[in-house]
Amino acid sequence: MTTLFKTLRNIAATLTLTLLCLFTVQASPVDTYTFPDEVTKIRFQDLTYELRCPKCQNQNLADSNSPIAADLRAEVYDMLLDGKSDMEIMNFMVDRYGDFVLYRPKVNSTTYILWFGPVVFILIGAGVIFLFTRKKAEQPAELSEEQKQQLKSILKD
Amino acid sequence: MKVLIRLIPLVLFMLLGVLLYRGLFLNPQELPSALVGKPFPAFSLSKLENESMLTTEQDLKPGIKLVNVWATWCPSCKYEHPFLVKLSSDKRFSLYGINYKDERPLALNWLKQYRNPYQYSIFDQQGKLGLNLGVYGAPETFVVDHNNIIRKRFAGVLEPTVWQREFLPLINEIEDEMANGN
Repeated sequence: MTTLFKTLRNIAATLTLTLLCLFTVQASPVDTYTFPDEVTKIRFQDLTYELRCPKCQNQNLADSNSPIAADLRAEVYDMLLDGKSDMEIMNFMVDRYGDFVLYRPKVNSTTYILWFGPVVFILIGAGVIFLFTRKKAEQPAELSEEQKQQLKSILKD
Repeated sequence: MKVLIRLIPLVLFMLLGVLLYRGLFLNPQELPSALVGKPFPAFSLSKLENESMLTTEQDLKPGIKLVNVWATWCPSCKYEHPFLVKLSSDKRFSLYGINYKDERPLALNWLKQYRNPYQYSIFDQQGKLGLNLGVYGAPETFVVDHNNIIRKRFAGVLEPTVWQREFLPLINEIEDEMANGN
């Protein structure tokens, strides 16, 4: 009886979850762009995903509803249709809005810490662990005869 | 020696603390402008006051220019406007407006109602000039020098304290350069 009840409850829970998932709303803004081919569409999606909205700071162009993001999406679209390369489009944005618009920062002298900091910290951590464990390895001293006897008697009990 | 080694984590932690504490007081909205040091972008747009009159970057007066991006849909612009009117009487620079993504009748009405501090306003309905200037909202104000080089970009409301602290020294500096013939 209880197992049947449990099964029923599981089914009910699964159904509810599925329904909830069905009704989730996609919050990304809808532009009605039509693309000449699949590749351009994917490039558009990639670019608007990689470029950051200058106004809203923590959203990319694809996600943001702000007017400037819509403008910049339109600009990316126009440039794609003009046959500009991804690099040219990225540079166009950086020239106007600075490195800030790139979600993946460039590797240069101001961002070395950002890119290589974590590796440096891992190396430091590894070094520290190595030093400490090596010291420990030297330490274990032999038990004296007396201690061995003691150990044996304890283990016997 | 041992004691010193044990202090290392504490020292590192304190350094990190100082770094993060300072970070609390930085303004993330303050972006370095990519355009400082570059020439004012080329444009060919109509004047707000006269639909049939095209204006380009060549029409800007020689000398120091203040270019203010504004729109009637922007509440902060309204707040900033009286100060711009006050600034317009300063003879050391010419004040231009960029009417950014706005409707012409609304903008003209605004200028009639609140006085017009600008030499004229460039009517940028599509926001193309704004885009080339890296504008992402209004109000924004640019300082352009005698060689048509952008010297400063300021996003936000112009007010006397900001003016004193950030704009006046720069204007003095550019005047010095002009006097020295650079």
